[in-house]
Amino acid sequence: MDLTWSTAEQAFRAEARDWLESNLAAWRDQHGGEPASGDTRVGFAQHLHWERRLFADGWAVVSWPEEHGGRGASLWEWLIFEEEYYRSGAPPRVTQNGVFLLAPSLFEFGTAAQQAGILRRMAAADDLWCQGWSEPNAGSDLASVSSKARRVDGGWVLDGQKTWTTRGAFCTHLFGLFRSDPESARHKGLTYLLVPLDAPGITVRGFGRLDGDEGFAEVFFDDAFLADDAVPGGVVLGHPEGGWAVAMATAGSERGLTLRSPGRFLATAERLLALARARGDAVLRRRAATAWMHADAYQQHTLGTVTRLAAGDKPGAEASLTKLWWSELDVELHAIALDLLGPEAELDGPWSKGWQFALSGPIYAGTNEIQRNIAAERLLGLPR
Amino acid sequence: MKFALGDDQIAFRQTVRELLAKEATPGVVRAAWEAPPGELDRGVWNSLEAMGVLGVLVPEGDGGLGLDETFLVPILEEAGRVALPHPLVETAMVAAPLLGVGAGMVTTDLGGPLVPCAADADRLLLGWGHTLAAVDREVIELTPVLTVDRARRAALVTYDGTGEPLSDDAAVHALALDRGALGTAAVLVGLGQAMLDLTVGYVTERRQFGQPVGSFQAVKHHLADAALALEFARPAVWRAAWSVAQAEPTRARDVSMAKAMASDAAELVGRKALQCHGAIGYTVEADLHLYLKRTWALARTWGDSAHHTDRVADALGA
Repeated sequence: MDLTWSTAEQAFRAEARDWLESNLAAWRDQHGGEPASGDTRVGFAQHLHWERRLFADGWAVVSWPEEHGGRGASLWEWLIFEEEYYRSGAPPRVTQNGVFLLAPSLFEFGTAAQQAGILRRMAAADDLWCQGWSEPNAGSDLASVSSKARRVDGGWVLDGQKTWTTRGAFCTHLFGLFRSDPESARHKGLTYLLVPLDAPGITVRGFGRLDGDEGFAEVFFDDAFLADDAVPGGVVLGHPEGGWAVAMATAGSERGLTLRSPGRFLATAERLLALARARGDAVLRRRAATAWMHADAYQQHTLGTVTRLAAGDKPGAEASLTKLWWSELDVELHAIALDLLGPEAELDGPWSKGWQFALSGPIYAGTNEIQRNIAAERLLGLPR
Repeated sequence: MKFALGDDQIAFRQTVRELLAKEATPGVVRAAWEAPPGELDRGVWNSLEAMGVLGVLVPEGDGGLGLDETFLVPILEEAGRVALPHPLVETAMVAAPLLGVGAGMVTTDLGGPLVPCAADADRLLLGWGHTLAAVDREVIELTPVLTVDRARRAALVTYDGTGEPLSDDAAVHALALDRGALGTAAVLVGLGQAMLDLTVGYVTERRQFGQPVGSFQAVKHHLADAALALEFARPAVWRAAWSVAQAEPTRARDVSMAKAMASDAAELVGRKALQCHGAIGYTVEADLHLYLKRTWALARTWGDSAHHTDRVADALGA
């Protein structure tokens, strides 16, 4: 056991902190103050300026190899960067669904041509990727996907509908699961496709999430033609009909530590403590301290996870526990904040906004009920 | 950065685990419920002593193993897993750094007024103000009390203050309290693990409606929540072990976080375990109650969850 950071890691932290501080100030100046929510049309465009700043100086995807726009940082450095990122008050990453959900699958299953043609443009926010998994009748039960991909000369014809697609109305590309074998059922016969949203026959309609932002979209495919060469290296990720395995690898990263690192919740916990300090209520102060402990425990737990991953282990079903923890933690942090704010809690502001977003955590990336089933069956070994 | 036990720590834990599986069976715990004051069986205690467990924190030159709290904490988790009735936290974690090896079985009132194994111990470490004194059991007046967990073997202690104090140093006193809270947190994690393991076994065997009750989602979700609480309490305890071992400036905060989280986690697991056992769990015939009752006791000794949470809030300036 050694819970100290090396000199090099401390230097990396200092470098990240300095860069974030000066560039955040510059970005805010560029927009005359705090930019709008990244889940609105106006705010999304402003956040792209931020993403391009990150990319220009090699901070967009720190853990990726340099050839794809990263700086080859270790998992430890990635964790440090995330911590500094959220501590600095930097905004949520509007490119996250590509960077954190598609990219890990591209690294694992993509061809060299796909990696070369897609990853760097994704990191640079030139191409903006959204996730096309959920359908009106396929939510927690993802294997009941019914959108179809029919093989034709030179490409695929897509039919069906995806929905609850985060920031879909602002994105340029979609990655998703399509049923390519019409005779198949459940997790067989699915193909993982990479789809430019400007293909003919695709209609995207944005709609309001719980907080009213146009952060969701539904995507309609009406005899949409997807040419084999519509993205560099080809539109199929992994083997045709082998989409389920690719999607499950992505699901692992969505539930695990890549999407929601501890830094994000530690930053919220610090803001909560400041609020508790200002309000001076003894009961809520104790609850705030409990929530801070839960955020810090997530950090300690993640240090253990990264220790194992750095030693070559693969993330497994423990990712379900991690997802349960951070999603419930986020709700807890914001619920206490609302109680501290009392009657002011109904004002539209950062805490009420954060509360509404936190409530999505136990639902997306596989509902927490599904995660509890996975934890009970795969970690505890309870019978199916 | 390496947040994991080392090979030597794992090997040591494994050796102790095997010993305890043989010598600290539920039968031994049940015997501790029944034995008269002063007659706690020392079989497993002597084996632990022979293995060096009592002197983990004592320098090698003084006859100990010369190791630190990151070695002892995993051992205390094992003690929790078998609901060991003997005062291992009190002796190995709290007293040994002050008294060295050879002080025998030591208990203390630093964790609360009900002193565990008071009549069984050779010596008592007593505190008042910042003063600590080590006193032979013979010179102390004991009033045994009936506790819910009879294997606590607790008594109230009256001491007239004669004899030479060990220390008047507030820092020494504070460190002893932190060590006790840390050790108890480790035991609570072990108790939680034992109750979870017992319950997983039970719900896999027990059939109702023609299938194992563990196949029902309601039961799965209870136990997933139990596993979740333990999964995140354990790193808090290990980190606190590191902070104590390294005398980190955040030591007090980290220990309090560990004790608060371990207390909360073990109590939650206890509730889930009892519920999932159903009526068989609500008996003294099933072993569950041995762990459950110890959990209730330890969650409130060496400072309860609220006390330690307030200490964390203080440290954070909230």
